[in-house]
Amino acid sequence: MTRQLPALIIIAPLIGTFCISIAGWINKRYCLPILIAALGISLYASIGLLGLVIQEHGVVYRLGGWDPPWGILYQVDYLNGLVLIVIAVVALINAVACRKHVLEEYPDRVGPFFTLYSLFVTGLFGIVVTADAFNLYVLLEIASLSGYAMIGMGNGRAPLAGLNYLFMGTIGASFYLLGVGYLYLVTGSLNMADIALILPDIYESRVAMTAFVICMAGLFLKMALFPLHSWMPNAYTHGSFAALGVIAPLTTKVMIYVMIRISLTVFTPSFVFDRFRIDEAIVWLAIIAIVAGSLLALSQSRLKKMLAYVIVAEIGYMVGGFWLGNRQGITGAVLHIVNDAMMTLCVFLAAGAIAYRQKGDDFEKMEGLFITMPFTMSGFVVAALSVIGVPPTCGFFSKWYLISGGIAAGQYAFVGALLLSSLVHVVLFFRIFEIAYYRPEAGHHGGGHSSSVINEAPLDMVIPLLVGAGLLVVLGLNTGFLVDRVIRFAVPAQLI
Amino acid sequence: MDELLSPILSKYNYWVYITLMMIGLYAMIAKSNLVKKIIGMNILQTAVILFYVSIGAKQGATIPIIRHGHEGAAAHAVRAADYINPLPHVLMLTAIVVSVATLGVALALAIRIYRQYGTLEEDDIATRITGDIRKSP
Repeated sequence: MTRQLPALIIIAPLIGTFCISIAGWINKRYCLPILIAALGISLYASIGLLGLVIQEHGVVYRLGGWDPPWGILYQVDYLNGLVLIVIAVVALINAVACRKHVLEEYPDRVGPFFTLYSLFVTGLFGIVVTADAFNLYVLLEIASLSGYAMIGMGNGRAPLAGLNYLFMGTIGASFYLLGVGYLYLVTGSLNMADIALILPDIYESRVAMTAFVICMAGLFLKMALFPLHSWMPNAYTHGSFAALGVIAPLTTKVMIYVMIRISLTVFTPSFVFDRFRIDEAIVWLAIIAIVAGSLLALSQSRLKKMLAYVIVAEIGYMVGGFWLGNRQGITGAVLHIVNDAMMTLCVFLAAGAIAYRQKGDDFEKMEGLFITMPFTMSGFVVAALSVIGVPPTCGFFSKWYLISGGIAAGQYAFVGALLLSSLVHVVLFFRIFEIAYYRPEAGHHGGGHSSSVINEAPLDMVIPLLVGAGLLVVLGLNTGFLVDRVIRFAVPAQLI
Repeated sequence: MDELLSPILSKYNYWVYITLMMIGLYAMIAKSNLVKKIIGMNILQTAVILFYVSIGAKQGATIPIIRHGHEGAAAHAVRAADYINPLPHVLMLTAIVVSVATLGVALALAIRIYRQYGTLEEDDIATRITGDIRKSP
């Protein structure tokens, strides 16, 4: 049974997709339980896989029994074992929390929405678990197409934002496909490990370099690294919270995983960091992303849009941390994939609960929320402290690794940008706390409800949020375990 | 003249795909009509598909079907140079499906946008949106 886990992890949500679309026709109420059951199986499989990886240092699954260069391989190691668990946890928590949002936003399209949700998660699992460069492209498009549709299903300006997202995403995916084409041209293989065996002889060839650059350009577009981020704020502002709760934490983080996977497994650290000197340029891009994302976040007056720009800055953290090219930096980047996915989930869950109660996410709608929605706001505070990087929460520890990586690499501009953006995040979130804490809601806006009555969001939104916030602290306190037992082995041994 | 032409002619498939790709990107960036952008996106994807298909081709080779496959294995040693490489073509079957699916999602979104704003010109949509914001308090 444990041998089948890598397949089980994507089979469960894939079959779930079909069942949900059928259930949508019969009785809408069955959709969500099927989704949660499928995601639960995936979570079980992903935890089992990480256990197996810790025991055996890697799990390989041959689809259809075909051996590597010909067949498609699913491979789980320390790096993607961790990312799989994150995907499963985030998707499951958001699935529990999103029912009321779905009923409010698209009451007549519950079945299609959960079908897309399940397909989206299937695609993400596939991207992470596969060891085949072309298979990765196909699964990337499965995840992206369901993502475009989920964003575009929303009301208001959502279709326009979804279409722009689709244009940019398709350009990114086409570039990735082109890069894989060049790799195939020089190696004649699509299996990542096989390409890695063949490539060292032809590292001098311009085709290999072209392949790498084109792949990276496509992935940067997909992950919304700063100058290429233009699709993201609109898509994340106009999408519904039910969709954002899973898209915002996972899409960009999975793309960063793909970047790390292509750089470290398909190419080697010696090619990426020693032979091909673009690492410094990309760290500078990341610095610009961090500063620009933080400053743009300052000028927003809607919670969702502000959070979208915070994500732009966080992407800079991870890209910069990875391209520092030393052990500390890459450890920080991988750790931050885990932590940032959880933090983003929590802030979006909290924002969703607030928007559900207050009918909007403008800052002025948040007045007096500490009194009326104490549990939601406490979850929001924990998540915000984690985004800022305050010690007991997990955000502090990944920032610590990133900063010490920056110091070890002598990249003081990167360290400075990280500290600056932490300060900006303090301003961002304490401005919200101030609005929510000090100004009473009654008075000038004349809202219908009085200011001192508790008007908490529904339980099925608050409990997932509090569980997520608890996980942030648990993750923070267990950073040592994560780094020593898992991430340490995910970073190639030749890096110091 | 010959030095100039020969690198172009010998690698003409790459020139064709790059040209198509640039046409597609130009349409996506410069055109303001959403359907024209969608057409540009499709040209871009087709360019990548053509690139893959062209790298499988070989001069003087035929389709990879072994005609006398049942007459004993030793009778016909397969020479790889006689057959084109089928793998990129097979991959592109999947990519074509992906591009059709993308086109479908894009057109569905375009229909929703048209129903909402009554136009597919980006400039008109932008004026509608700013007008809506001004109207609402």
